[in-house]
Amino acid sequence: MSPVQTTGDARTNLVEVTDLSVEFGEVRAVDGLSFRLARGAALALVGESGSGKSTVASALLGLHHGTGARVRGSVLVAGTDVQRASGEELRRLRGAKAAMVFQDPLSSLDPYYAIGDQIAEVYRVHTRASRRAARARAVRVLERVGIPDAARRSRARPHEFSGGMRQRALIAMALACEPDLLIADEPTTALDVTVQAQILDLLHTLREETGMGLLLVTHDVGVAAESVDEVLVMRDGRAVEHGPVTAVLGAPSAAYTRELLGAVPRVDAPRETRKADSGQGEAVLEATGLRREFGRGRRTLTAVDGVSLTLRRGETLGVVGESGSGKTTLGRMLVGLLEPTAGEVRFEGRARRGVDPAVQMVFQDPVSSLNPRRSVGESVADPLRARGERDEGRIRRRVTELLERVGLEGAHYDRYPHEFSGGQRQRVGIARALAADPKVIVCDEPVSALDVTTQAQVVALLGELQRELGIALVFVAHDLAVVRQVSDRVAVMHRGRIVEEGPADEVYGAPRDPYTRQLLAAVPALDPEAAARRRAARREPATA
Amino acid sequence: MSVFGGLTGFVLRRVLGAVATLFALSVIVYVVFYAAPGNVAQITCGPRCSPEQLHQVAQQLRLDDPLHVRYWHFLEGLVAGHDYSTGTSVEHCPAPCLGVSYQSGRQVMSIITAKLPVSLSLVAGAMVLWLVLGVGTGVLSAWRRGRTSERVLTALTLAGTATPVFVIGLVLMIVVCGEFQWLPFPQYVNLTDDPEQWAWNLLLPWLSLALIEAAAFARLTRASMLETLAEDHIRTFRAYGVGERSVVGRHALRGALAPVIALNANNVGSAVGGAVLTETLFGLPGIGQELVHAVNVVDLPVVVGMVLVVGFFVVIANTVADVLFAVADRRVVLA
Repeated sequence: MSPVQTTGDARTNLVEVTDLSVEFGEVRAVDGLSFRLARGAALALVGESGSGKSTVASALLGLHHGTGARVRGSVLVAGTDVQRASGEELRRLRGAKAAMVFQDPLSSLDPYYAIGDQIAEVYRVHTRASRRAARARAVRVLERVGIPDAARRSRARPHEFSGGMRQRALIAMALACEPDLLIADEPTTALDVTVQAQILDLLHTLREETGMGLLLVTHDVGVAAESVDEVLVMRDGRAVEHGPVTAVLGAPSAAYTRELLGAVPRVDAPRETRKADSGQGEAVLEATGLRREFGRGRRTLTAVDGVSLTLRRGETLGVVGESGSGKTTLGRMLVGLLEPTAGEVRFEGRARRGVDPAVQMVFQDPVSSLNPRRSVGESVADPLRARGERDEGRIRRRVTELLERVGLEGAHYDRYPHEFSGGQRQRVGIARALAADPKVIVCDEPVSALDVTTQAQVVALLGELQRELGIALVFVAHDLAVVRQVSDRVAVMHRGRIVEEGPADEVYGAPRDPYTRQLLAAVPALDPEAAARRRAARREPATA
Repeated sequence: MSVFGGLTGFVLRRVLGAVATLFALSVIVYVVFYAAPGNVAQITCGPRCSPEQLHQVAQQLRLDDPLHVRYWHFLEGLVAGHDYSTGTSVEHCPAPCLGVSYQSGRQVMSIITAKLPVSLSLVAGAMVLWLVLGVGTGVLSAWRRGRTSERVLTALTLAGTATPVFVIGLVLMIVVCGEFQWLPFPQYVNLTDDPEQWAWNLLLPWLSLALIEAAAFARLTRASMLETLAEDHIRTFRAYGVGERSVVGRHALRGALAPVIALNANNVGSAVGGAVLTETLFGLPGIGQELVHAVNVVDLPVVVGMVLVVGFFVVIANTVADVLFAVADRRVVLA
């Protein structure tokens, strides 16, 4: 038995990480990282994908034990030396003193058991409580995180909960044993912006009431600004900058932090106007009374319910909405991948059925929308071949040209998708859309899978292509800030309908629809003080 | 509860589906065997049939009627039974009547009811053994992944898959009954006559059938367990200090069982009529042996009847598996 460490420091500091390095084979995910977290304090680890932030979170609970990862340095959490602790000591730490909330609330709960039973199981592992007492405890913590009718809902299985409720259930599980430290790994990344605001508010309230410490791992600077006192910016496994949230976000000293902040799209910044005639050109794509149902009988789901819109030559129309609002279904109908149940799409004045090469699509997930067994050149050449081009020399020349046009190299023709980064793959997807010389491109969440710096580059590329080639864009996204950045006009979707449509600055500057207002109020602000003000504003209607 | 109502509806739909499948199966089997080219009376009766016998067979099979009328008659027999003449007297074939064997003159149903208990005894016992051995080995080798114990288990299951049943059965018999004489050579005893002797005599057949099948179950369980062990919710429970035994046994195993149940349904169903080698080796007078015999002597009524009975067990086993899925995971009901 190794003695449990309870040094003087451990009593004041909840977490002490000294010179932590984690290696997976040849890859050094974390490289000499040190930080402290005082009792009751909140720290955010901010960084892009691959920066090592989640690896650090796992190391705090010793989750790398037995996985083949090499961990060096020292990690002290709530008085436990994680590096030297036995399996039994680690089990006593996990969940009881330090609890973790994971990113994806759907896959993080066991689909086969009732939510209340899962929480009760965790509680019983750490206390000697009876089954009945543990179950009562589960209901209490579910109530605590705001699950209505918790006693009844605790018998539901995860698939019967919405995304936001599942995340609340995970937080309830974390609260079950009243831990000193809550580790939240991208707790809101899979959630809609209004739900995200509720979860962040909940974390904030719980911290005020219980005095527990918070270690928040996030890629979203806005989420960090809303939630913590201190920020540690990570890149390639190292700390780039560390300090109070106001200092790091307000006056960043490291060049990388400035770059990161610069790339974050702002929902409150008007886009630079480019053309006076925007919104005045002739209509290329018109949709009237579009409606789409899925399923039959009582299970019928109306995904899009009577949408009419007009896209003019050379403009960008942003379609923004939360998950389930019908925006992707709408995008697919515009391209012709889905036949509408009712209504019609007219392209250049003619009614259209099926797909038309002049209307192309860029998909959300650049990983799964490219065939992994074919070279990217072949993928980009597909639309050319589909048009009947047979001359291999011409195809290769045109594809090379297209790859160069989107910022890749012609020599990339024979490479395969896995050799590219997410941003590069999305460029390939854009090149493929351009190959058919389209007049319209519908982009369905084109940047949501990308890091902010990459996102900014892809958005810039789309704008550039539009200016040069005069293509009209439909930009479908959930991210209000990105949509504002790229769009001339914006349509806000809610439950299959467009609730508000107009020039971007008008919709964002003076929203008329209550739903639009609610959406905008939920977007995290980059300024911690503004965030606190808005949190107070969000709370008011709840208490009133 | 609305969820339960959904479940009841699901079970009803599945049972209706099973009935429809059985009906389709009966049509296909009937058409394949009786509409095949050639003189059906001659094939049914055998090469040494006298012209009178041929005539009698043709009459009983109603060969002058069109096929769909004959099939309807066959269905009638299944539902209501019918009388038929043996030439000297009139006998009654009670429902469900599958017809009469032209080799033995016995009713097909009585042949089946004589053989079925043997086959069911063999399959039921073997199933328990192959599930315990197979799933146990699979869970263990997934959990001990990368260690020596896992390599040994993997090698054993590979050997199990590759060994024919008559090799394992023969070796078992030679060692257990011949060399050490721990058990007498197996001889089938009815469960109702002497349960203890029934079990002792079936022990070796069970083992040899189960060892082969267990290998497939071990490999499937291992693969399925490795998949569930990599899922996010397993990480959740580990991160909350839940013990390894509970994580593996409670959370991972339950998720991994679905394909195992599906494989089991198929194997149970087909082993009822398909465990010919085991039956032959141990001299068990089961359905499999009888079916092979009937095919060899082209006793069409017996073949058709037995294929239908075997099909019945395959369909029932799969329906039970579907319902088990739905009970284990209510999301199935919604899909």
